[in-house]
Amino acid sequence: MNAVLDFIATVGRAVLGACRATGHLTLFALEGLSHLFRPPFYLRAFLRAMLEIGFLSLPVVALTAVFTGMVLALQSSTGLARFSAESGVANLVVLSVTRELGPVMAGLMVAGRVGAAMAAEIGTMRVTDQIDALTTLSTNPMKYLVAPRLLAGLIALPLLVLVADILGVLGGFIISTLKLGYNTGIYLNNTINFLQTEDVVSGLVKAAMFGFLVSLMGCYHGYNSKGGAQGVGAATTSAVVAASVLILAFDYVLTELFFAR
Amino acid sequence: MSAQPKIRLRGLTKAFGDKVVLDGIDLDVMAGTSMVVIGGSGSGKSVLLKCILGLIEPDAGSIEIDGKNILALDRAGREEARKHIGMLFQNGALFDSLPVWENVAFGLLAQKKVERRAARAIAAGVLAQVGLADSVGDLWPSELSGGMQKRVGLARAIAAQPDVLFFDEPTTGLDPIMGAVIDGLIVDCVKKLGSTAIAITHDMASAKRIGDRAAMLFKGRIVWQGAASELMDSGNAMVDQFTHGRREGPIQMELRK
Ligand SMILES: Nc1ncnc2c1ncn2[C@@H]1O[C@H](COP(=O)(O)OP(=O)(O)OP(=O)(O)O)[C@@H](O)[C@H]1O
Ligand SMILES: [Mg+2]
Repeated sequence: MNAVLDFIATVGRAVLGACRATGHLTLFALEGLSHLFRPPFYLRAFLRAMLEIGFLSLPVVALTAVFTGMVLALQSSTGLARFSAESGVANLVVLSVTRELGPVMAGLMVAGRVGAAMAAEIGTMRVTDQIDALTTLSTNPMKYLVAPRLLAGLIALPLLVLVADILGVLGGFIISTLKLGYNTGIYLNNTINFLQTEDVVSGLVKAAMFGFLVSLMGCYHGYNSKGGAQGVGAATTSAVVAASVLILAFDYVLTELFFAR
Repeated sequence: MSAQPKIRLRGLTKAFGDKVVLDGIDLDVMAGTSMVVIGGSGSGKSVLLKCILGLIEPDAGSIEIDGKNILALDRAGREEARKHIGMLFQNGALFDSLPVWENVAFGLLAQKKVERRAARAIAAGVLAQVGLADSVGDLWPSELSGGMQKRVGLARAIAAQPDVLFFDEPTTGLDPIMGAVIDGLIVDCVKKLGSTAIAITHDMASAKRIGDRAAMLFKGRIVWQGAASELMDSGNAMVDQFTHGRREGPIQMELRK
């Protein structure tokens, strides 16, 4: 009997804890966003975050995208060989890259690169009293640290994904024409025919969401970290894990919204 | 002058979980004077300052600055009150993503008291006040020695010329000469600005140099108050034990055997 009660209590506590954490996170996100509409605005902080999230992530995202496109072409050519391989490969590459793999791969890469760095930076500021120091110097830390990063995540990731889309399709094109020996003109023609605005736009909307999630997780876990270097380390891990899981979960939700009819 | 204290704490209480850190603090600091707070490690000295700054929300009690209870103010009112307080943090808390000069000018820039273009020169002036060369302004906080970091922290605290200044262990971890130099700077700054100051320290020599009055914090309460010059012969057994660093006495360190 006691064991059962203990079990129920444990589950109950876990559920309550999860609800509380979700509530905290939601309030944090709303407060961060609300600062985007109230001056002062920190343009420098925003530009720095854009540089960090967008520009400096370009190499990783570009490489990932090219290889993803290449693998897609290679895999699908074997799978589709029995059917109409040439148009099938072009179709599959362009569809998967723009709808799914571009945003998801870029999101996961940025989560690992930027989410971790953000959590570490803000976490260090927390445990060394720098966040308190901001407050004493007439600066709202949510406005100065969090809001610019949220906005930068929201804007930078779609831009990255646009690049990733192009490079992913290019990767597929390279393998299809150079290795699989498909006709260049036909492949390009197929690609362009299959390319739908809707696919690209849905991918970019996903990217905006993922970028926001990465920044939110980095800021939230950093901001609430405690207990020295170890606490900052834990915050970094949590930020990356949480962002990655949320990206995949929201990918499903958004796909359902866009394409399930 | 009226007899109204600049800072007046009544019944200030703060607990973290079931750990009571501040247990009804009553303290008055008169305008233009310096109060030194001493007390063992973990006795809640830093928490006390953070409560007054509004960084930690106390559970009970009142904090009056110029007769206004800041705990009763709304957010904007508190931000306004905070503008008049400068704080030197225990570990410096310099922004390590910004160069030294921007650290120093941060409060001025945030309050829009200066243009960004003019800030560099103003920062150089404040750095000179704490005895640092202009060229230090271009360094990063991580490139400074401990003593220089304290001085930059001091410069940042005084840059906006606040009328209340808090110093959390300004000389801990410095050699005795640098400690005396920092103390001298603090006294100079406080005098020049005519500010009211609260300084936390473990260093008795420093306490006597900085403070007009002194108070001892123990188990969340103020157990003694008096002139800073009386610290070494206060007649209070706890203060005596603390200031003379004796192992035996009314304060028993809770060490696990
Ligand atoms: N944010 C916090 N959450 C939980 N406990 C805290 C927090 N801040 C301080 N404490 C606890 O309050 C107590 C007092 O801490 P405080 O930093 O004020 O000590 P202190 O007197 O400044 O010590 P020291 O001289 O070593 O700096 C400590 O036991 C600490 O664990
Ligand atoms: Mg302290």
